[in-house]
Amino acid sequence: MHEWNFLAVLNDADLLLLGLVNTLKVTALALLFGVPLGLALALSRLSTFRPLSAVAAFIIEFFRTTPPLVQLFWFFFALPILIDVRMTPFIAAIVTFSIQSSAFFAEVFRGGILSIDKGQWEGAKAIGMSFSQSLRRIILPQAVKRMIPAFMERSIELLKTTTLVSTVAYTDLMFQANDLAQKTFRPLEVYTIVALIYFVMIFAFSQASIAVEHRLAKSGEGTLR
Amino acid sequence: MNQANTEIVKVENLHKSFGDLDVLRGIDMTVRGGETVVLLGSSGSGKSTLLRCINFMEMPSEGRVYLHGEAVGKERNGKIRYSERDLCALRTRIGMVFQHFNLFPHMTVLQNVMEGQVTVLKRGKSEAAETARRQLDRVGLAEKAEEYPARLSGGQKQRVAIARALAMDPDVMLFDEVTSALDPELVGEVLKTMRQLAEEGMTMIVVTHELGFAYHVANRVLFLNEGAILEQGAPHDVLKNPESTRMREFLEGHSLFKLPD
Amino acid sequence: MQHTWDFASIIQNWPVLWVGLQGTVFIFLVTVTLGLSGGLVVGILRYARSAALRWPATTFVEVFRNTPVLVQIIWFYYAFPILTGIEVDPFLAAVLGISLNTMAFSAEIYRAGIQSIERGQWEAGKAIGMTYGQTMRRIILPVAIKRVLPALTNRGIEVFKMSTLASVVAYVETLNQAKLIADLNFNPIEAYTAVALLFFVVLYPVVQSTYVLERMLRKSD
Repeated sequence: MHEWNFLAVLNDADLLLLGLVNTLKVTALALLFGVPLGLALALSRLSTFRPLSAVAAFIIEFFRTTPPLVQLFWFFFALPILIDVRMTPFIAAIVTFSIQSSAFFAEVFRGGILSIDKGQWEGAKAIGMSFSQSLRRIILPQAVKRMIPAFMERSIELLKTTTLVSTVAYTDLMFQANDLAQKTFRPLEVYTIVALIYFVMIFAFSQASIAVEHRLAKSGEGTLR
Repeated sequence: MNQANTEIVKVENLHKSFGDLDVLRGIDMTVRGGETVVLLGSSGSGKSTLLRCINFMEMPSEGRVYLHGEAVGKERNGKIRYSERDLCALRTRIGMVFQHFNLFPHMTVLQNVMEGQVTVLKRGKSEAAETARRQLDRVGLAEKAEEYPARLSGGQKQRVAIARALAMDPDVMLFDEVTSALDPELVGEVLKTMRQLAEEGMTMIVVTHELGFAYHVANRVLFLNEGAILEQGAPHDVLKNPESTRMREFLEGHSLFKLPD
Repeated sequence: MQHTWDFASIIQNWPVLWVGLQGTVFIFLVTVTLGLSGGLVVGILRYARSAALRWPATTFVEVFRNTPVLVQIIWFYYAFPILTGIEVDPFLAAVLGISLNTMAFSAEIYRAGIQSIERGQWEAGKAIGMTYGQTMRRIILPVAIKRVLPALTNRGIEVFKMSTLASVVAYVETLNQAKLIADLNFNPIEAYTAVALLFFVVLYPVVQSTYVLERMLRKSD
C-alpha cells in the first residue's frame, strides 16, 4: 500500500500557484479576444452578404470540428513557417484558444440573436434606428441575457481545455504538475492535488453559473442552451 | 398641425412582389395633412404590405413614394437606389404602430418612449424624458412611466407604442392592424386614443378591420383587392353603397357590424 | 516568408499516418461505447429514488465533469498505478480518462431526457401494472433517448476530438503519428494541416447530419 506524503507537494506550492495564475491568465485572455471575435463571426454568419456569411460559417465549423490539440500544434509548430513570427508557447496558447472559443461563442451569439422576436428589429427600425443601433440598443441587450448560461458553460469548457497548453511547454497548472511530479517522484500526490485544485475551481464556477441561471429563470426570461 | 390639406404622402404606381407572388400591382394614393385614411381589404389583399412600403419596412419592387412632395430614393440607370441612412431618416418622420406592439421588454415604458429620441434624434436626456412624459400623458398612461411592458395589459402596451411613435414628432402615423391582437374588451381604449389623435389633426393611415372606426373617424376609405385599389371615397359612400361585388361580400363578412343610418 | 506547400512528404508517409488513423478509430469506438452506455446507467442511477444509489452517481458525475480530461488521463497514467498497483499502459489510461469523462457528461444528457418525459407517462405505465423498471425500459427510455439523440451525437463528436489527447501519453493515434512525421521530415505545417483537414472531413458531415436530425426530431415531436 502506498504511503501518502503531501509534504513534498506543499513545499513547492508556489510552483503550482504560478501554474494556476498562468492557467487563469490564458483563460482570461482567450475570453477577452474570443468573445468579441465570436460576436464578429456570428454577425458575419448572419449577414445577408453571401460570401461573408459563407467564410464565417467555414471558420466556425472548422474550429468546432477539429481537435483543439491539433489546432494548438498547428499554431505553435506550423504557423511560424507560414508567417514571420517568433512563436512562443504563450502566444500559441492565446491565439489558439481565442479563435477556438470564438467559434463556439459565435454559435452562442447567433443562437441568442436569432432567438429575439423579429418584431423587435421592426420596432427599432420603425423609429429610425440603423442596423447597428438596433443591434446595440435593442437586440443584444435582450440576447445577451438569454445567452449567459451557455456563455458560462462555454467559459468553463475553455478553462478545462487550457490544460492542453502544457503540451507545448507553457507553464500552466498542468505543466507545473508534470514538472513537480518528476522532481519529487510523487506523481500520485501531485496529480491528485492538481486534480483537486481544478475540481474546486471548476465546481465553484459551475455552481455559480447554475445560481445565475436560476436567477434568470426566476426573472421570467427564458434562457438558451 | 398647420400642414392641413398639403400633400404629406404620395404613392405612385407602387408594386411589390415576393418571388412569384405579386402582392401590390400599381397603387396610387395621396394622403393630405390632417387626413385619416383607412385601408380595408380581406387578408392577402396587400393592405399591410402597402402600409409597410410607405416607411420602407418592405422595399417596393417598383414605383415611388413621396414625402412632402420629395421622392424617396435616387434614380440611377433606371433603377431606384435607397441608402440605408436616408431610409432611417425617413422613418423618424413616419411613425408606425404594429399589431404585436414590439415594445422593448428590457426598457421601462419611459425608456421605450425616450429611446428613439435619444439614440436616433440625438435629443438630450431631459428633453427626451419631458417629451416622453407629455406623450404618455396624451395616451393616458403617465402613471405607468416606470413600469416594464411585461406588466401592462395589451391595450396599455399598444398605447405606449403609440406614444413611442408620437415622441418622434412624425408627419404621419401608420397603424398596422393595431387592435387585432387585443382582447375584445381592450380594443376600445386603443381606438379611442386613435380617434383623439385624428381629431387633434394628426395625419394617419390605418389598416384595420374595425369598420366602426373607419365609418366614424376616417375621412377617406380605400378598399384593396388583390393588390389594387378597388374602391375609394368617403366612408358613408363606400361603406354604405359599395359598387363592387367584392366589397359587398367583404362588408357582409363583417355582418356583426351594423352601420348606423 | 514564402512557404512552398509539399504534401508529397505526407503521402510518402501515408503508412505511418494510417496506423495512427486506425488507433484513433479504435480508441474512439471503445471510449464512445463505454462512455455512452455507462452514461445511461449513471443517468438512470442519478434519477433513482434511493439516495444510496443517487449520491454515488451524483458524486461521480460532478467529479468527472468538473475536472479537465487531460488531468484525468494523466492521473490514470501516472497516479492510479501507484495507488492500486495495476499496470496502466497509454491505451488504458486514455480509455479510462475519456470513457469516464464521457459517462459523466452523457449521464446528464440521459437524465435531462428522462426528466423531460411528462409524469402522465409514468402514471400510464403504472396504471397498466408495470413495475418501475418496466416503465423505464418500455415507456420512458425509448422516448427520452430519441429526444436526446442530437445531444448524444454531439457528445460522440466531442469524444472523437478528445481521442487526440491520448497522444499526450504516447498512445499511437493520428496526432501522435503526425508529430512523428513532422519531427522526422521537418514538415510540421503539412503534417498538422493534414490532420486538421482529416478531422474536418470526417466530422463536418456528422455535424451537418445532427442539424438535420434536430430538425427532424423537432418536427416529429
